[in-house]
Amino acid sequence: MKTETLRTVMGYIAGLLFGLGLALAGMTDPARVLGFLDVAGAWDPTLMFVLGGAVVTTFIGYRLVFRRLRPLLGDAFQLPTRQDLDARLIGGSALFGIGWGLSGYCPGPAIASVGGLTAPLFAMLVAMVAGWFLARAIPARE
Amino acid sequence: MDWIASLQGLVGGVLIGLSAIWLMATLGRIAGISGIVGNLITMRPKGDSAWRVAFVLGLISGPLLLMALGGGLGNVAGAPGEVVGAPAGGVGLMLLAGVLVGMGTGLGSGCTSGHGVCGLSRLSPRSMVATVTFLVCAIVTVYVVRHVMGGGA
Repeated sequence: MKTETLRTVMGYIAGLLFGLGLALAGMTDPARVLGFLDVAGAWDPTLMFVLGGAVVTTFIGYRLVFRRLRPLLGDAFQLPTRQDLDARLIGGSALFGIGWGLSGYCPGPAIASVGGLTAPLFAMLVAMVAGWFLARAIPARE
Repeated sequence: MDWIASLQGLVGGVLIGLSAIWLMATLGRIAGISGIVGNLITMRPKGDSAWRVAFVLGLISGPLLLMALGGGLGNVAGAPGEVVGAPAGGVGLMLLAGVLVGMGTGLGSGCTSGHGVCGLSRLSPRSMVATVTFLVCAIVTVYVVRHVMGGGA
């Protein structure tokens, strides 16, 4: 099989695992997510277990993966190298948090929920794409 | 506390972690949804798009597979076994939230997966700050909507 085909297959498997994980965890339900964020209400701890399980697994797995010099189907690991904190990072994350708190959707669950598409979810996805274009239109200051 | 829901959350989280490990081991990429999909749509990177499209198809087909299997493997609150929950508001609210989520993750270079899962696992200071920032802002937003304004989502 050609490398490009293999890369595509690997991308699909990664997406499938991710989508299965989100669905099994209940993250495709905005009520679960909002229940976690609602610390003053009937708190739902599910998201804590999801994030905890994902971070611990990835923390261990990444260390094993990085023992190799390069990925199986690529020239190099493509990792962010920036260490500085800037207004774009913090302001952007703040805006994201507000949108997440209003809807209970972050990008992964919003896209993964397409199998149960509703008009509000469709609006969310269209607006999210518009937001990505808007972010690109705001030039980064060096 | 609902232990079954928490356990499913843990198992789902491990699967998400395995996805992140898989993507790094094979393609050398961070499993950040806003980066993978946002860059695909806004930049159409040449020679670097096919795996992104495949990832999105996989992401959508995961929940579809659970639905097709039946047997109640989903974890929707108050409706055990359901796979996809109902939106928390109408079209207007979602348009506003969607723009904020898109713009915010675009400017902040990541979302819950890229910063939250992959970034924290790499002990990246930028991701730690981003994760704390969006978590706090989301918690404050939910508090204001539910307990100050009373009602809404």
